[in-house]
Amino acid sequence: MLKRVHFPASALPYLLVAPQILITVIFFIWPASQAVYQSFLIEDAFGLSSEFVWFENYQVLWDDDQYFDTFWRTIVFSACVAVLSMGAALILAAFADRVVRGATAYRTLLIWPYAVAPVLAGALWVFMFNPTLGIFPYMLDMVGIDWNHYLNGTQAMMLVIIAAAWKQIAYNFLFYLAAMQSIPRSVIEAAAIDGAGPMRRFKDFIFPLISPTTFFLLVINAVYAFFDTFGIIHAVTQGGPANSTTILVYKVFNDGFIGLDLGGSAAQSVILMFLVITMTVVQFRYVERKVEY
Amino acid sequence: MATITLKDLVKAYGDTEVLHHVAADIQDGEFLVIVGPSGCGKSTLLRMIAGLETVTSGEVSIGDRMVNKLEPADRDIAMVFQNYALYPHMSVRENMAYGLKIRKIDKGEINRRVEEAADILELRPYLDRKPRQLSGGQRQRVAMGRAIVRDPQVFLFDEPLSNLDAKLRVQMRLEIRKLQQKLGVTSIYVTHDQVEAMTLGDRLMVLNGGYVEQLGTPIELYDRPATVFVAGFIGSPAMNLITVEASENQLKLPNGAYLEGGNDLGKVTLGIRPEHLVSDGIGPIRVTVQLFEQLGANTLLHGVLEGTDCDIVASLPGHVSASAGTVMCFSVQAQNLHIFDIQTGKRIGA
Ligand SMILES: Nc1ncnc2c1ncn2[C@@H]1O[C@H](COP(=O)(O)OP(=O)(O)OP(=O)(O)O)[C@@H](O)[C@H]1O
Ligand SMILES: [Mg+2]
Repeated sequence: MLKRVHFPASALPYLLVAPQILITVIFFIWPASQAVYQSFLIEDAFGLSSEFVWFENYQVLWDDDQYFDTFWRTIVFSACVAVLSMGAALILAAFADRVVRGATAYRTLLIWPYAVAPVLAGALWVFMFNPTLGIFPYMLDMVGIDWNHYLNGTQAMMLVIIAAAWKQIAYNFLFYLAAMQSIPRSVIEAAAIDGAGPMRRFKDFIFPLISPTTFFLLVINAVYAFFDTFGIIHAVTQGGPANSTTILVYKVFNDGFIGLDLGGSAAQSVILMFLVITMTVVQFRYVERKVEY
Repeated sequence: MATITLKDLVKAYGDTEVLHHVAADIQDGEFLVIVGPSGCGKSTLLRMIAGLETVTSGEVSIGDRMVNKLEPADRDIAMVFQNYALYPHMSVRENMAYGLKIRKIDKGEINRRVEEAADILELRPYLDRKPRQLSGGQRQRVAMGRAIVRDPQVFLFDEPLSNLDAKLRVQMRLEIRKLQQKLGVTSIYVTHDQVEAMTLGDRLMVLNGGYVEQLGTPIELYDRPATVFVAGFIGSPAMNLITVEASENQLKLPNGAYLEGGNDLGKVTLGIRPEHLVSDGIGPIRVTVQLFEQLGANTLLHGVLEGTDCDIVASLPGHVSASAGTVMCFSVQAQNLHIFDIQTGKRIGA
């Protein structure tokens, strides 16, 4: 039975949580509600007046093939980013788990990319892949590949995927390494005695035993790819060429601030908001339920 | 089945040597127990034999193969860990079958062997459970099962019973012994519990600070401990160790009494087992009683040599009691005296 403790009513607890509430309201609740409100409005072409239209903005999106293309593109982009960065992080963590000498230096170097701001990370890749100046197009040219992500949409997509994935590797690496190090040594040793070589041990023990982390990271990476890659895309391709790298967040920005369709842009951002809420709920549900293998 | 030979084995972590020139010949089918206090290097030695630690210098051979450079998988050994190290995501059946599956043994044969082992260990009803659904004793048996299905040349045990309660420990101890005798597999068993060591081992290796103090049968170790350390470690309650003055065929106790025995050696350490002190009312060893511990079949007397602060423990048959402060007299047969060099701790004489 739970014991109920009653405290005399006082202002102090409210005072203590007030700053946090204030921040949440000013920076999250208020803008979010503004977005919801905005999504019900349509402005005239000169931005002088607006009309309340209920769900018309959503209706327009629903009928817009381009919006569905963007949706699909975002999913492909996110899946590629998640798989690429988690895969790379997994391999690096597997090696880091085995190194003995220089382990700290190795880990520190791997964690660095996480500290780089998205726009800077983007700039870095822009320079490296610049079709006229960059080192990679130069090298690719030698094997007969003509690299120009300003013209080639697929190449542009590949570039933003690589840049976005690279940025997230450090984060994934940290979680994977921690997960691997929490597997009891003796379990792996027992497997070694049972005759499993390093590859086999990875496949039969390490990978299944870190599956809770894999799931957690999958959600985190999806959220990251959906929402936090704006800076990278803005710096690298600005959504182009021909919208080939425009994902949902970028379209919100593009339609709202470039196209000045504030209502449509707000409707898109409300949809995105529901997406992130869903993912977060899945995440919490899962973390609470604690995985069973 | 195989012999194991350890030749001049050394293990160092960086500059610190934790095992010093360990040598031993273990017979085919023998049960060797490595015993010693915490941190003496028991696990390290076992793990070197398993191939989980590198050998700094010296040789480990299993059968007539030098295995220093072989992976654990290629040494044909099975190991039972202190925390069991069961595979948490696999059922009991899969846990036991894993080593066979890797060796590409056919399904029918795997099932037969797993079920046979499950019968021996009474694990049949649990074959489809996960390790976390088992009690400590059952997990321990699964770990044993995983070792026996492999039918290896050597079993290695690293304190496999230390996580069990006292009663289960005694029971499992017997089971391990029976199983080993039935299978006849050469086994090395690490423990810090001297009772476990005495009851299980064909021979015992007593390790202390990385040195082998003595290697012999339990009876040899009990009757003729080679060093003061072994004398104090083997036997329960521990041997009384008293500094005495040895002159011409006489040993002078701190309370001034004389015992027969010894040589002209000066100061030596005299060892007398508590169970060898005979209360006869006239003996030279006069002990001031402090308290009794009643164990039922026998009684432990704790006291000091009269007029000194030299602790004495005596194990007396039956029920004995007396009030604190009374003096009881004991004698000892000459063959039950153990004399050790006070500097080196080595046994002197027979
Ligand atoms: N990786 C290591 N680096 C440095 N020293 C180590 C390492 N592993 C063990 N040691 C040292 O080696 C010695 C022997 O350790 P070991 O684990 O073999 O002891 P043990 O006899 O098994 O003790 P216990 O009964 O507590 O298990 C200890 O003094 C320990 O500090
Ligand atoms: Mg140990």
